[in-house]
Amino acid sequence: MNAVITVTGKDTVGIIAKVSSECFKYNANILDITQKVFGGMFVMTMLISVDELNIKFADFVDIMNDLAKKEHLVIHTMHESIFDAMHNI
Amino acid sequence: MLNESKILETINMITQEHLDIRTVTMGISLHSCVDSDTKKCCARIYDKITKKAENLVAAGESIEKELGIPIINKRISVTPISLIAAAAAGDDENFDCSPFAETLQKAADTCGVNFIGGFSALVQKGFAVSDKALIKSIPSALAATKNVCSSVNVASTKAGINMNAVAMMGKTIKQLAYLTRENDSIGCAKLVVFANVPEDNPFMAGAFHGSGEGECMINVGVSGPGVVKRALEKCDGDLSEVAETIKKTAFKITRMGQLVAAQASKKLGVPFGIVDLSLAPTPAIGDSVAHILEEMGLESCGSCGTTAALALLNDAVKKGGVMASSHVGGLSGAFIPVSEDAGMISAAKSGALTIEKLEAMTAVCSVGLDMIAVPGDTPDEVISALIADEAAIGVVNSKTTAVRVIPAYGKTVGDTVSFGGLLGEAPVMKISSFSPAKFISRGGRIPAPIQSLKN
Repeated sequence: MNAVITVTGKDTVGIIAKVSSECFKYNANILDITQKVFGGMFVMTMLISVDELNIKFADFVDIMNDLAKKEHLVIHTMHESIFDAMHNI
Repeated sequence: MLNESKILETINMITQEHLDIRTVTMGISLHSCVDSDTKKCCARIYDKITKKAENLVAAGESIEKELGIPIINKRISVTPISLIAAAAAGDDENFDCSPFAETLQKAADTCGVNFIGGFSALVQKGFAVSDKALIKSIPSALAATKNVCSSVNVASTKAGINMNAVAMMGKTIKQLAYLTRENDSIGCAKLVVFANVPEDNPFMAGAFHGSGEGECMINVGVSGPGVVKRALEKCDGDLSEVAETIKKTAFKITRMGQLVAAQASKKLGVPFGIVDLSLAPTPAIGDSVAHILEEMGLESCGSCGTTAALALLNDAVKKGGVMASSHVGGLSGAFIPVSEDAGMISAAKSGALTIEKLEAMTAVCSVGLDMIAVPGDTPDEVISALIADEAAIGVVNSKTTAVRVIPAYGKTVGDTVSFGGLLGEAPVMKISSFSPAKFISRGGRIPAPIQSLKN
């Protein structure tokens, strides 16, 4: 099962590093990343595999939410299935 | 990888446009709880509900977290209590059914759900003893409980309209308004009078678990008026394009419902019943069905053109939603509850939206005259006649219609009733004061309508 992490917020140094290091810590394999900066606004979409997570997915969501609060970012961590359901027949 | 713009579109729908799953409702059959001893029957009911639904709220919260989509309500519907109380009621039509409502309340508290529906009776053709007993118990039962919802089906296309039941419901609603007068007659917000009631509706206050349903089922109600409105803001085309845009949006919304229903069914080990395609508004800004109609080009909801716009909306929602779900049911369509929709509230306050226009709108949309406050001194017969009118629209057009009206005790036109939360607030609306008393007092049944020669 894959999950999608989206990150938006004011661009600063090290956002990808911080998100990826949490992924590494909890054994989420990064499958793909797209990232852009529009006029100082950072936008990233990351696809990760959560099959080998060393914690529950719900706990991983909480950890990413905590990171969002700490770094003043908006982070959404959601199962890929919701996007598949909505956009693919 | 998924297209980035699609990912952001989904997240925007959830975070900016109020897309949510309105309710995951577990339907539970109570037939196995029947006993002629009320106490024993109630104990069985409590045990069965709390066992079947013990993980409902936790499962809902877990899905919410995994998928990142809010599930606003977790609810329970049960077999109409008039059927379950029949053995205990025996031949006594004054039998007090309140202990059953109190049991439902206790079970709802234990399970942590915010509403439990099924304090209901189906009397479209006539009353069984327990049906009469249940209807007589509604005012005290709903006044004594907080989260129990009640519904009575008084008419169907095949049976016609039971006018004795219609007369009884006018009185019942007035009594309930009086008993809950300290809270703007809020009891009436928990009571719906139906024609052609669906047996798998997940939405309150009209949810119950019909006799044709399985032992236990999961039904899901979606929402998303804000998403439809936002999609229409970007549509400058003609009404064919408007309909296409609504269809595509409804498809996406319903796919969410289908996904959540499948996951809830799997987690709880309970069969999936249906997804209800309804567009259910809330009083929050940006979550209004009225604002969709206005986005189509009406100055205000309630103007001429409102019925046509609503017909387009309702039809497109169904067409888009049907393909997105394997099983569709419930009320499926756009809801127009006045107090629960910011656009309806302001249209009613400005005088653009009247009860007569709302009645016309109910001919083309889901359900009916919903969450409408009328003066507290409105006679019983007028409430009954309003129910009869609404039932006639449903019966003749082979559709579900309903009345959830609040004769707000001590209030008059120009006042406002406020219930808070999802139930919102409503201006007290003017209702015709010409008397239908003789018509209502005749009683009897309005025969089932002919189904050919449709003109």
